[in-house]
Amino acid sequence: MPAAPTLIQAESVFREYRLGETVIRAVDDVSLTVEKGEFLALLGSSGSGKSTLLSMMAGLDRPTSGAIRVRERNLAALEPDELARYRRETVGMVFQSFNLLPRMTLEENVELPLRLAEVDRRDRESRVAEALERVRLGPRRRHRPSELSGGEQQRGALARALVNRPAILFADEPTGNLDSLNGEQILLLLREFQDSLGMTIIMVTHERPLAEKFANRIALLSDGRLVSDGVRR
Amino acid sequence: MKTRDLSELAVRNLREAVLRNSLTTLGVAVGVASLVAMLSLGVGLQTLASQRLTRSGLFDAVFVTSQRNFRGPRQPPSPDSAPKRESRALDDDARQQFSKLSNVTEVYPQIRFVTDVRYAGKSESTSVLGLPDSSRSSGAFDGMKGAFFSSPTANEAILQIDFAKVLSDQPPSLIGKELTLRYAERAALSKAADNDEALLDTMMGSGKAGGISIVPRERNVRIVGITESDPSAGIGGFGGARVYLPLKTAEQLHVAQPDDLQAFLSGNSAKPSYMAMTVRVRSPKDVPQVEESIKQMGFATFSLLDATKSLRLVFTVFDLFLGLFGSLALTVASLGIINTLVMAILERRREIGILKALGATDRDVRSLFFAEAGAMGLFGGFFGVALGWLIGSALTWGTTIYLHRQNLPGVKISYIPWWLALGAIAFAIIVSLVAGLYPAARAARLNPVDALRYE
Repeated sequence: MPAAPTLIQAESVFREYRLGETVIRAVDDVSLTVEKGEFLALLGSSGSGKSTLLSMMAGLDRPTSGAIRVRERNLAALEPDELARYRRETVGMVFQSFNLLPRMTLEENVELPLRLAEVDRRDRESRVAEALERVRLGPRRRHRPSELSGGEQQRGALARALVNRPAILFADEPTGNLDSLNGEQILLLLREFQDSLGMTIIMVTHERPLAEKFANRIALLSDGRLVSDGVRR
Repeated sequence: MKTRDLSELAVRNLREAVLRNSLTTLGVAVGVASLVAMLSLGVGLQTLASQRLTRSGLFDAVFVTSQRNFRGPRQPPSPDSAPKRESRALDDDARQQFSKLSNVTEVYPQIRFVTDVRYAGKSESTSVLGLPDSSRSSGAFDGMKGAFFSSPTANEAILQIDFAKVLSDQPPSLIGKELTLRYAERAALSKAADNDEALLDTMMGSGKAGGISIVPRERNVRIVGITESDPSAGIGGFGGARVYLPLKTAEQLHVAQPDDLQAFLSGNSAKPSYMAMTVRVRSPKDVPQVEESIKQMGFATFSLLDATKSLRLVFTVFDLFLGLFGSLALTVASLGIINTLVMAILERRREIGILKALGATDRDVRSLFFAEAGAMGLFGGFFGVALGWLIGSALTWGTTIYLHRQNLPGVKISYIPWWLALGAIAFAIIVSLVAGLYPAARAARLNPVDALRYE
């Protein structure tokens, strides 16, 4: 079987933070490739640098040095507006704390990326409905986040990440605030997106069993360094 | 992000913190209201003054005298001055010529004479002035007791209150009564007298024929009104008249005028001439052109156009000061906007992070905060104009009550023209946008990772 094309390539990535006189190296010389359609789990304990690495690959942050190439374009060298466009068009994001805007209904939250991408109003309704159907939240579309359970909120966040039809979905501890049942449901949905939409999924987690159960590949980070890069399944 | 989406999000955000945003918007409204109220007072007073002055007829009129009458205070002509044109008599021919000039609406002579007024056995000497029918709307007769002349040729008189008090202890009781005017009529000499005069002229060696006679006459007129103001005051009136007749009635009396003697001596006594004439024009801007044309005809002229320019300057400076004071409140309100938006950034830090994670550019975030500041300015501007109008109306109402208690007619001292209303709203939006500059820039600069971490 021919190898899948490389989608993301991190080359000697460093990310340092300065706290007064102290320099904290959150990511320390990490090199990594992610192939198209892969489900990669970044595993590590708290403070291992996995979320920082994910933020850089998602275009939310920039490396102190090194390069992160997505489809041959180095994210570190992009202008702020180009980076925003990358986040808008190529990337979908899910967070541990769901991050739905509390004053908007579920469908308004899901519509938000389409507003930012200036998608025509007539197309928005159908795309929002389709995304909500995929996560089985169609009947709850008029509810506000406070009226939804944690699992439903995370599924809503998944719909919002999905609605722009991104090539890569980044999930930062998506099950961190959920019970095991809801956590499994979310990961099942991620797998479903990977299989049915051909989406590349990069997930940060500290729960090894879940990573082993759902991801194709596990990369282990410790103290900012990549200590192992698991076998593809 | 498209403008419509941006506006929807901005309005939604404003609705979320409705109390705080309403108070900030109210602050803007109070600022705009103070600005509008101040300027509306300035504009109102200016309009009032302009209306009164326009109605007085002082600024749309050219006052014409014969150069014979007004040679000036014996100053020698400057060496480079144009050669003097031949001075002409201010007679009916001249009046016809003035009437034909473009933009001239009315020409009337100044008929003023001294008379002996007889009423109820009393005899008083006073000055009489002929008033054109257009004086009716000059404002000088506002609040007059009785009525204006029933027709331009009526045998009616209006008395000035001081003179009416001389005639009666109860001036209003004079209305409807008749009084007798004794005056000197200028009459052409009879044929026989003419021959005698020719003989006299021959004897005196002038060789010129013609002459006038001065005959005492009486005319009964009915008193129709008593006025407190002096409609004869001002340029062209010179004040002091105490009895007013319709101009045509006064003309028909053929009263001897001071110029008659000079006309007689210069041999032009056949036609009556006048001391002065008033040439009324369509609008004050027509004054210079008409004035120049009349000067070209060989007459001396005078107008108050320069005075209106000075008046406009005074009111502009007055408005500027009022505007500055009014703007102070708006400046304070703009600090409120900055405070509200900076607070909003702190509260909505996480939301800004989410928007950026979803692909919002710095410009989108900046525009969102700008739109919120602009919306507060827009609503504040609208409410402010309404509030300013209410304040202005209250001031007008209060002033009117006070004036009525002083037996004076009410006046509208506050006036909000459309340009003031629109300008105030635009100014409120601009001030709000300027106030939103710093918060918007600060929100746009937020690092999304830091913002998402914020609890």
